[in-house]
Amino acid sequence: MPSNQDAPLKTYLVHLARGELAYQFSPAAGRAVFYPRMLCPFTGSDRLEWRISKGLGTVYATTVVHPIEGMPFNVALIDCDEGFRLMSRVEDIAPEQVRIGQRVRFRVHQPGGEEPPQPVFVPVEGA
Amino acid sequence: MDGLKRGSAAIVGVAESDLGEVADGMSVIDLMAQGAKRALDDCGLSLKDVDGLFSATTQSRLSVLALAEYLGVNPSFLGSTIVGGSSFEYHVAHAMGAIGLGLCNVAVIAYGSTQRSVGRKQASVREVNPYETPFKPFLPASAYALAASRHIHEFGTTREQLAAVAVAAREWALLNPAAWEKKPLTIEGVLSSRMVSYPFTVRDCCLVTDGGGAIVVTSAERAKSLKKAPAYVLGCGQSVTHASISSMPDLTVTGALTAGKAAYAMAKLGPADIDAVELYDAFTINTILFLEDLGFCKKGEGGAFVSGGRIGPNGSLAVNTNGGGLSYCHPGMYGLFLLIEAVRQLRGECDARQVKNCEVALAQGNGGVLSSQATVILGTQTAL
Repeated sequence: MPSNQDAPLKTYLVHLARGELAYQFSPAAGRAVFYPRMLCPFTGSDRLEWRISKGLGTVYATTVVHPIEGMPFNVALIDCDEGFRLMSRVEDIAPEQVRIGQRVRFRVHQPGGEEPPQPVFVPVEGA
Repeated sequence: MDGLKRGSAAIVGVAESDLGEVADGMSVIDLMAQGAKRALDDCGLSLKDVDGLFSATTQSRLSVLALAEYLGVNPSFLGSTIVGGSSFEYHVAHAMGAIGLGLCNVAVIAYGSTQRSVGRKQASVREVNPYETPFKPFLPASAYALAASRHIHEFGTTREQLAAVAVAAREWALLNPAAWEKKPLTIEGVLSSRMVSYPFTVRDCCLVTDGGGAIVVTSAERAKSLKKAPAYVLGCGQSVTHASISSMPDLTVTGALTAGKAAYAMAKLGPADIDAVELYDAFTINTILFLEDLGFCKKGEGGAFVSGGRIGPNGSLAVNTNGGGLSYCHPGMYGLFLLIEAVRQLRGECDARQVKNCEVALAQGNGGVLSSQATVILGTQTAL
């Protein structure tokens, strides 16, 4: 009996646990695919290669969430240089200081407990 | 593919159920049934005429079955497409197709929500997206706020311009006795309200109310002999661009562009022909985006377009004439109310908020986080 494929999310999280931001590349489309999935949404091909991002990107959109209780925090969409976008947050600066067009670098956030690691971003120094 | 035939079906009955904060213990199916009865009374039909039944709600897993059982009907055609707030605009197109094929002749499309009474968390199942949920976006507001941040960045749109949308909606609501909000609102009042997800304060966000309603769709031929003037379905169009905001291709361009083009083409009409514009204003940015994507102004100029009272009761374009999701009611999925208001405007039933010589009205349904867009263009006999 052939072995079943790994879940795309599982592979992604295994990389993240190693400190790597993994994404897929579709040779048929010649472009990055994110979030990870079974098929390329541009061509329908099921040939997707896993790649590791260099971890550099640009803030595409940003908001500051103001919870009824607790401190405001950032939620942003980041365009990675390899051509994929993901939701994340920019840390190390005040949430309202995050600006569209800002260059940012990936790092892993370990929430602890049972929660899986998260890809977050920090400003690129001097950018 | 022949597609839908312009004017071959009409909305003939419309009604809201109880709105705002409904009686304790009321279920969403109670509200759907109440709306269905009122909508059928509105056109002089009865439950025995109903052979098509459509519903969508987040609070009943198999709502169309529950509704059929409750009403004691066994329709030959059922529809429960659920794509968020635009579901009902999809239902209109699907009902029109079914009627055209002879699969049913009288379709009721119903909605109900008790989200205010039971709380938002109880009203819809929390769904975990492993690529978004860890970052705790306050959804749906944060998704629309991200879109607003792009609009501000690319086009210089201001918070005051966003606020102008909420102020116009409030001015219309003050002319609508059924509206939830009863007090005037100023731009300063919007800006100084509690911040929710920047750039939105609570006044940039839709209401959280209970409510429901129904509409009745039938063939153009059957429509002629009914109680009130038919609102003919002249054009329909749909577009799905994404489900989650992180997968939306361009946060400043919505599927209303594609949906609107399809609806205009079917209706053989353009933006200049529309007398009343009913847009799904879950957040203030929606109105700006949809006015642009539907061709009422150029991309990027929506902020300036909505300023200076242009879309209010004394403005040059009648937009969200019932007060919208921002000030009239917003029971979770608002799309049905756009159709109800559009039909009432075409019939001339709107008293203080009536748009003069209203012959063509457009309803722009929006679902998810700008995800599913559906346009319905309705017209009177004159426009047919």
